[in-house]
Amino acid sequence: MHFDAFDRYHEKESFLHRLDPRVKVVVTVLFIVSNALLPDGSWLAFVAAWVFVVASNLLSKLGIGYTFKRSIIALPFALIAITVLFSIPGKPLTTFHFLMWDFTITDAGLLRFVSILIRAWLSVQMAILLVAVTRFPDLVHALEHLRVPAILTTIIAFLYRYLFVLTDEVFRLLRARQARSAAAPGSRSGGGVVWRAKVAGNMAGQLFLRSYERSDRIYNAMVARGYAGHLYTLNPHEMRSGDYYATAFAIAVIFLMQVLGRL
Amino acid sequence: MLYAPTPLHIPDGFLNLIVSLICWLITIVTLGFAISKTNQSLGEKQIPLMGVMAAFIFAAQMINFPVAGGTSGHMLGGALAAIVLGPWAGMLVMTAVIAVQALLFQDGGLLVMGANILNMGLVTAAIGYGLYRSVIGQSRGVKLGMIGFAAWLSVMAGALLTSMQLWLSGTSQLGIVIPAMMGVHALIGIGEALITVFAVGFIMQTRPDLLGEGSESAKASRNWVYVGGIIALLVVLISPFASGDPDGLERVAIDMGFIGTGLDAPYEIIPDYTVPFLGETALSTIVAGVIGAIVVGAIIVLVGRGMKAKS
Repeated sequence: MHFDAFDRYHEKESFLHRLDPRVKVVVTVLFIVSNALLPDGSWLAFVAAWVFVVASNLLSKLGIGYTFKRSIIALPFALIAITVLFSIPGKPLTTFHFLMWDFTITDAGLLRFVSILIRAWLSVQMAILLVAVTRFPDLVHALEHLRVPAILTTIIAFLYRYLFVLTDEVFRLLRARQARSAAAPGSRSGGGVVWRAKVAGNMAGQLFLRSYERSDRIYNAMVARGYAGHLYTLNPHEMRSGDYYATAFAIAVIFLMQVLGRL
Repeated sequence: MLYAPTPLHIPDGFLNLIVSLICWLITIVTLGFAISKTNQSLGEKQIPLMGVMAAFIFAAQMINFPVAGGTSGHMLGGALAAIVLGPWAGMLVMTAVIAVQALLFQDGGLLVMGANILNMGLVTAAIGYGLYRSVIGQSRGVKLGMIGFAAWLSVMAGALLTSMQLWLSGTSQLGIVIPAMMGVHALIGIGEALITVFAVGFIMQTRPDLLGEGSESAKASRNWVYVGGIIALLVVLISPFASGDPDGLERVAIDMGFIGTGLDAPYEIIPDYTVPFLGETALSTIVAGVIGAIVVGAIIVLVGRGMKAKS
């Protein structure tokens, strides 16, 4: 497998790509916090936030609908919010019967449900854009600058570095299982659920041992190259004046959204 | 195929700001202890080890097995990570896994990441390790049985916490979300338990030295047994109580002043909903109060223990 199989970074020459990773992380988090703060049904602010997302898409040169296409991932979770449709008192809109209960959808419930979905949808788009315009090692480096403890960022950096290696290992294990799971046409191979779980568990144990032994080799290789408990980077981040202007502008826009949401 | 989202990862937008921040606070304090403990006890060699182990948990989540009707089981790995790496390292590893899932795959939000780490990384590790340590020195069968129970319960604890956070944010109704989440995860947890048991069993057979039976002092080990035991007991107590009598939990929240801050819309149970036993009686208040006291007590014990260990 290629090392960037998991990468969500899209190489482009754009304003957002050039922006300091710290700025991108901070603005993304502020945008998501701002969404969480917007009251239910503040449509004007939701539209403003959506314009912010679309404008960011344009600035990234990834195409106006880039994040929209990928934002479906948060949808299944909407199921969990569905109960607010019935639980908040308000003007009944429609009633339906399911099994032994009557469910009444109220206008207040609908308002809250739609607001939750919009917030989730806007937030996830910004998070998608963040990793599309920032290389993951830069992102981790930015987290380090933002005072995330070095031990965590180092673990994350290692996780990212060895993820595809261990995924290859998993694929070898899965292929081996498949190769041994022959069955005559029409009949099933293997035993019951517990037996199948046992095979999967043994595979997980096997993967653990291989990973453990690999980490030993990695450590030895690192020590051989001069590792003394700290990782270095070749591209130090530097805030330029453009980065400060962009941060100030983004914060002003987010503040404006909050004002719009409370008009 | 490369990556399958799981239902415990809360996306941004589903928790309100206050609940998200409270969860972040608990997570940051716990991680602070975890970092200082790992820095004390582990050498530079452990950094690559934990990094690769984080990648291992991530990759192990891809190992699935067909259950029935086209669905398949796979595992979250919190209990497994704590059992093979120790509780603090396990927590750090799970935190890295959840952070990468949120950052790279948008599986779980950024503002709510504190809640996701708490639900899937910290509580699962505490239960997994605590219950595992309680049977140290017992026979292999007892150990594996307890590991299975711990893995199952860790998933249930994650589901319970997730439901409560959703409810406190005014996103879901308690009377529906708890039975639904717990019901689904009772099944998911069985998959988790089976894989964890067989994985640890495999490691016991091939490399028992890696499980580090005597690595921790007796006292630290006993404390983990208490912490894990208390959280496990809470899950066992609260789940049936909460699904049978959501009003009781709501009363705890009102008593503690959560509801006012947690909801910005007025809140009411389905109009026709009648409370079974316990309902409006004093008993439910008492039970709720006792549970609240146990929660607070557990937090104090945990924090105090961490501080003592630090000084």
